[in-house]
Amino acid sequence: MKKYVIHRLIQLIPVLFGITLLSFAMMRIAGSDAITELYGDKGAVAQEIIDAKRAELGLDRPFIEQYFSWLTGMLRGDMGVSYVSGKNVFDTFVAKLPATLLLTLLSIIATILISIPLGVLAAVNHDRIVDYILRFLSFIGNSLPNFFVALLLMQLLSIKLGWLPVISNGTTLRSAIMPTLTLAIAMSAKYMRQVRATVLEELNKDYVTGAKARGVRNHVILWKSVIKSSMLTIITLLALSIGSLLGGTAIIESIFMWDGVGKLAVDSITMRDYPLIQAYVVWMAIIYVCVNLITDLLYHALDPRIRLGVSEDA
Amino acid sequence: MPEVTVRKQKIRKNSVRTRLIIFGVLALLLLLASIFAEYLTPYDPYIQDLNNAKAAPTPAHLFGTDRYGRDMLSRVIVGSRASIYSTLLLVAIITAIGTCVGVFCGWHGKFIDVVLMRISDMFLAFPGLVFALAVAGVLGGGLQNAIIALAAISWPKYARIARSQTLAQKETPYLKAAKLSGSSTVKIIFKHILPNIIGPILVTSMLDIGTMMMELAGLSFLGLGAKPPTAEWGSMMSDTRSLLTTAPWVTLSPGFAIFISVMVFNLLGDTIRDYADPRSRGGR
Repeated sequence: MKKYVIHRLIQLIPVLFGITLLSFAMMRIAGSDAITELYGDKGAVAQEIIDAKRAELGLDRPFIEQYFSWLTGMLRGDMGVSYVSGKNVFDTFVAKLPATLLLTLLSIIATILISIPLGVLAAVNHDRIVDYILRFLSFIGNSLPNFFVALLLMQLLSIKLGWLPVISNGTTLRSAIMPTLTLAIAMSAKYMRQVRATVLEELNKDYVTGAKARGVRNHVILWKSVIKSSMLTIITLLALSIGSLLGGTAIIESIFMWDGVGKLAVDSITMRDYPLIQAYVVWMAIIYVCVNLITDLLYHALDPRIRLGVSEDA
Repeated sequence: MPEVTVRKQKIRKNSVRTRLIIFGVLALLLLLASIFAEYLTPYDPYIQDLNNAKAAPTPAHLFGTDRYGRDMLSRVIVGSRASIYSTLLLVAIITAIGTCVGVFCGWHGKFIDVVLMRISDMFLAFPGLVFALAVAGVLGGGLQNAIIALAAISWPKYARIARSQTLAQKETPYLKAAKLSGSSTVKIIFKHILPNIIGPILVTSMLDIGTMMMELAGLSFLGLGAKPPTAEWGSMMSDTRSLLTTAPWVTLSPGFAIFISVMVFNLLGDTIRDYADPRSRGGR
């Protein structure tokens, strides 16, 4: 296990290196650096002034050198200042992060609450009417773009029924309901299928037949064995989806005016505020990679079968 | 009871074929509608009629009219050009690029293989939409740039599939025989490898159409795709968001159009997968 952890951590280095290099290069390729942002709309500016500013910001140095100074700055939490507000990029990003993490967490909880019971229900009623209905619903959910779900929910819950405010007024639980629900509907549609498949696979194993033959009651088999052993796979699949969730929040946050990093990113893109976009991409990618790593390690630590398999290899 | 099983299999096979025909025809109709969109609209989608603005759906205007009195049905039909056609273009691009890179890596191996696969790892390490957002943001809006952004994050998946399939083919005796008998690399790749690996790749791309359509519409919704006045479903919905209270049909009808198209292509993708791989039948 220790060997495996170290192996995975070493694997992480080139990936992180690649992520940062790619994000840095992308903003350079954009062709619009700080200089054009500073002087672009001020008409003719003497070349000497531009050159002096370039030297001051270190933009005349070779690409690789710029990258490494940017990288070391980033690790110290110094990612430059926003072109628009002039505030420190890293501080702005960190200030908005909790709202996004809260939304992610709530959506995952909602997804678990929706998809696991329904998935188990569908698997137990395999090929019966309940199963067909649930599969149909999951199919519908999979074909709905999340911004459309968001607008439908707005139309239904806020405008028709008047239960909730149309846009959030601050980071409160009440205004979190609709964004959470929107994200959870899409996720649940996907995970219900996977929960169903996992439980179904477990139900078809020989030990279940054996237990049935020995007269163990169905619900005992289901709760004591089948669900217990499926749960690990299900939770892992769910944890691996955090990445796509983090990206998906951007649209939802800007629709519901949820004040998180996703909305910040969309706003910065409209304003062409490159340092902020860069911070968003780099940190989201790092969070994503780390979450996946932790999930993978936990999965290995919790499942004795895999753990043994690894130590045999090592 | 062997007869029963055989019969059941036959029925299943027939039902898959029926589904394939139904959904295939539906998808083809959508595609044709998107190509010939201009000829199918009951009204001119860009002509304004302010006297009849924000009119609720009536038999004359099935989806109502928007804030300038433009017929929504016509706008939705014309919007299919940008939405369906560009999604299919996008999927074709990533399939082609991914397959080329994958086959090349699998066939050539060595240093280039390692480098290209590390690069694809890097792309896979990004949470998809985050990276697409950034690329679209850097390139600036526009449908073309949105396609580039989504292509940039989606090709590695296809490269991986094509590479592993090529590697598997490379080990088969017939390919070694072809090589020994002096066939050129080009001939081996196009005549032997590609026909054998294209199946799984095409199934994957069919399954991806729905997702890609939603992501492209999502980027447009954020203002990073098609720009007004071009009718595109995602951007139409985002432009008319403020009408949700007074004229919900304007905002929601493009949404239903996306939903229906995504559903048709998802159904087609699922059916093709079932057709190609009998093991996945029965809703597993």
